[in-house]
Amino acid sequence: MGDRRPIELEAGWGKMQMGVAKLKRILEGEDEPQFDADLYMQLYTIIYNMCTQKPPHDYSEQLYNRYRDVFCVYINESVIPALKDHREDRLLGELHRRWNNHQVMTRWLSRFFNYLDRYYISRHSLDSLSNVGLICFRDQVYSDVKRRARDALLTLIDKEREGEKIDNMLVKNVLDIYIRVGMETMDKYENDFEKDLLVATAAYYKRKAAVWVAEDSCPDYMLKAEACLRQEEERVGNYLHISTKPKLLEQVENEVLRVYQQQLLEKENSGVSALLRDDKKEDLGRMYRLFSRISGGLDPVAAAFRKHVEADGMTLVRDADAAAAAKKDAGKKKPMAGTGDDAEQSFVRQVVALHDKYRLYVEDCFSNASLFHKALKEAFEAFCNKQIAGATMAQLMADYCNTLLKKGGAEKLGDEAIGVMLDKVIKLLAYLNDKDLFAEFYRKRLSRRLLQDKIVEHHEMQVLAQLKAQCGAQFTGKMEGMVNDLQLARDNQQAFEEWCQGQANSGSVVDITVSVLTTGYWPSYKTLDLTLPQEMIDALSQFKGYYDDKTKNRKLQWIYSLGHVTIKFTPSDSADDNRTYDLMCSSTFHAAVLLQFNEAATLKVSDIQERLTLPVEDLSRVLHSLSGTKNKILLRLGDAKGPPTINDTYKINTDFKSTMRRIKIQLPVITDDKKKVVEDVSKERTHAVDAAIVRTMKSRKRLGLTQIISEVVQQLSKMFQADVRMIKKQVESLIDREYLKRDEDNPNMFLYLA
Amino acid sequence: MMKRAKKAMGGAANRAAGGSSALFEQYCDPATDEIGPEGRKFLRTLHLMPINLCVLAVLLSLMLAVHAGVERFCSDINTDPSDRKVLLLAWKMRAKRMGFFSREEFQSGLTALKATTTAQIQRALPGLEEQVECNPDSFRDFCTFAFKYCLTEPSQKLIDIDTAVTMLAIVMPREPLMPRFCDFLKEQTEYKVINFDQWTSFLRFAQEVKPDLSNYRDEDAWPILLDNFVEWGRRNADRPIDFT
Repeated sequence: MGDRRPIELEAGWGKMQMGVAKLKRILEGEDEPQFDADLYMQLYTIIYNMCTQKPPHDYSEQLYNRYRDVFCVYINESVIPALKDHREDRLLGELHRRWNNHQVMTRWLSRFFNYLDRYYISRHSLDSLSNVGLICFRDQVYSDVKRRARDALLTLIDKEREGEKIDNMLVKNVLDIYIRVGMETMDKYENDFEKDLLVATAAYYKRKAAVWVAEDSCPDYMLKAEACLRQEEERVGNYLHISTKPKLLEQVENEVLRVYQQQLLEKENSGVSALLRDDKKEDLGRMYRLFSRISGGLDPVAAAFRKHVEADGMTLVRDADAAAAAKKDAGKKKPMAGTGDDAEQSFVRQVVALHDKYRLYVEDCFSNASLFHKALKEAFEAFCNKQIAGATMAQLMADYCNTLLKKGGAEKLGDEAIGVMLDKVIKLLAYLNDKDLFAEFYRKRLSRRLLQDKIVEHHEMQVLAQLKAQCGAQFTGKMEGMVNDLQLARDNQQAFEEWCQGQANSGSVVDITVSVLTTGYWPSYKTLDLTLPQEMIDALSQFKGYYDDKTKNRKLQWIYSLGHVTIKFTPSDSADDNRTYDLMCSSTFHAAVLLQFNEAATLKVSDIQERLTLPVEDLSRVLHSLSGTKNKILLRLGDAKGPPTINDTYKINTDFKSTMRRIKIQLPVITDDKKKVVEDVSKERTHAVDAAIVRTMKSRKRLGLTQIISEVVQQLSKMFQADVRMIKKQVESLIDREYLKRDEDNPNMFLYLA
Repeated sequence: MMKRAKKAMGGAANRAAGGSSALFEQYCDPATDEIGPEGRKFLRTLHLMPINLCVLAVLLSLMLAVHAGVERFCSDINTDPSDRKVLLLAWKMRAKRMGFFSREEFQSGLTALKATTTAQIQRALPGLEEQVECNPDSFRDFCTFAFKYCLTEPSQKLIDIDTAVTMLAIVMPREPLMPRFCDFLKEQTEYKVINFDQWTSFLRFAQEVKPDLSNYRDEDAWPILLDNFVEWGRRNADRPIDFT
């Protein structure tokens, strides 16, 4: 218009007021057309002009204040009265509406007055136009209504918890006000709403939990607990601020889980032990999930798990013990070591099954948590070191492995299943305290398997590899040596046979197969000074000739009890009776005895004994196996009953008949003297403890007794659990032998004497 | 040898040496130049006896042999040969063999006591007792000596229970733990002999642990023998002590 006269304040303001009035009408929902671009520009320009006029017509300050006043007036006039009498839903709804209005208002007005934002406000570091609006709302509307709104919100939440459907959007929107009026911080939200929400939540669940714990079983309670937690999480997602989530869940966890944990776990018929007993895996999994939320919440569960597994294990032990005792009472002969049927053997199978079962629990229900692995380990350690009918677990395991490893020992299982079973049994070794005892029994069984050629090579190798990995190379050193010996023996035998062919008298000597065993690796065997028949002596010296040729300075000690001989037996002397049988004798003794009868058809036992220089009890066993069993090769003269005695006389059974050409003659196997094994292991342990003490002291030079003990126990833990008293005794013995001495200045310390 | 000894020592020692060597000769066996319980014949038989009988034999012979040097010597100082004071004397003399005093041992012992006559020796004896009572180092030394004194064979390192019990009674008659320990030693069967470590440890035990065993700590490195003793002692706390 070209009018360069400054706009007066009141004049300009009047025009603005018209715009404001229009805005108010729009907000109140009256039928009012929207602002168009023209009007907007006009209003903007008025402000612009009034702010850019030269003083005293620069009305920035007044406009700024009047801007604020517009809000205040409007709030007082319209907003507060509108909110005054409402409660609950209506309040919230109205509040939401008024808030939206306010935002619209702020938006428009700040656009009109925008020029203030550019220079005046920033120059004077004042609140921005939008903040001014917000502050007015906060100080007038919010502070007045916040408590009522909060109560309304909490009531709604309560209703929702009880199952009613509420307007989530509304709640979210109202909470948005709380957040926004805090401006940069969450203070308003937290102090004016969240705090009370947490308290109300705690109170709510306290009430509920008290009822549930009295009425519900543990699984049902847990289902409800899980549902609650899920619900509260959803609640956060629906309308609460994300920062509330951990605090809210904490309240629920506290009231529902922590407070009643012990009561729940110990509930008769539905607590943790009942769940374990009834294999309620799903419930146990839920229990794990729930209680892993509370710190230390899983400890009682793990403890109950351990107790349960231990009790199950102890039941197995007791049952097996009772079964073995009952059998003994009933007078049945104890089956030979190695048959898979007796109670002790099935005990090992049951322990393996138990382990499988509970390991699955740890994996499935308890999410493979190390706390539960530890509980399982402790439970097994507790009962795996008990004895069954006087036999240690170490022995039982070795016997069971023997059954599995022997050719034909466990045919019904199948090759792969045997491998799997072996793997599981060896894993149980970790729970045994007396690992060295197991090693010794295993070694003895292995030697018998090897010498009777009853091995399945890939299984044996599998076990040795597993033992080596689990217990160290020292554990399997001797066993591997034994296996090696036999492999070498096979090669050696071939070389021997080739050597024999090059010898002069090769045709006349009896065929002989020799296995040379390295003494240190194999168990010790009783050696008897047997006087052999000449034919056998010739064969032995031939081998000796070969062996001396091949090696230097080696002494051969023959173990006759381990050999077996095949003898051609022709019962009748007459030419037209050409019955012959091949007697497969399980020891050299048989051969020695039988060949005596080549010289005389009838012999007195005393004569035989003199010629062979065999102890009477061994001779008596041999004679019994030849005459007292199904295949009577020899006959006893007279009517004597019972085992052979020194005064008896025997003759060849010329009427011997059998449908089979090959006949097995067995000597009954003497079961291992387990007392001796235990003694041997005990002696070994004393040496091992000595060595460990010396090793420790050599490197540390000066140590107190408790430190020595802990070092030694740790060093030997892979083989056995060293007894504190035994270590102390060995320390004293080492003092006697002048390896160590007591420190004169501090008699509780020991010094290494180089 | 006497002449050499005289020349080696000086002044007052010379006089004392002269006095003590004269005294020595009153009791010694000229054949062995030692004061001993009897002549050479007995010596030979002593070595043939089992070790645990040696002590008894020695003590017995001390009491029975009428003209034996040691016995006469003891009677001249008005002391019973099995009295503690004789052991104290042996200690002072650093005697190596039980029941015998060599010339050097005898003379050095008397020099240490500043005595040349039996009367002087006798007067010095209470002083010896006091020294061992009041001075813990001397007492320890005395106890150590007592153990080693019992080792009659050249490579012997251990003393049997009976000897140990006898010795303990002589060495520490007033120690309240001693009778109980001796009872225990006689009753227990785990150990048939005592080694030097166990002996010195008991001495330390008697000094550190109260008679009611209340301040015994099992985390200390006492020998197992003493651990057993404590266990036994606590089990038999109300048994009257056998002083025989």
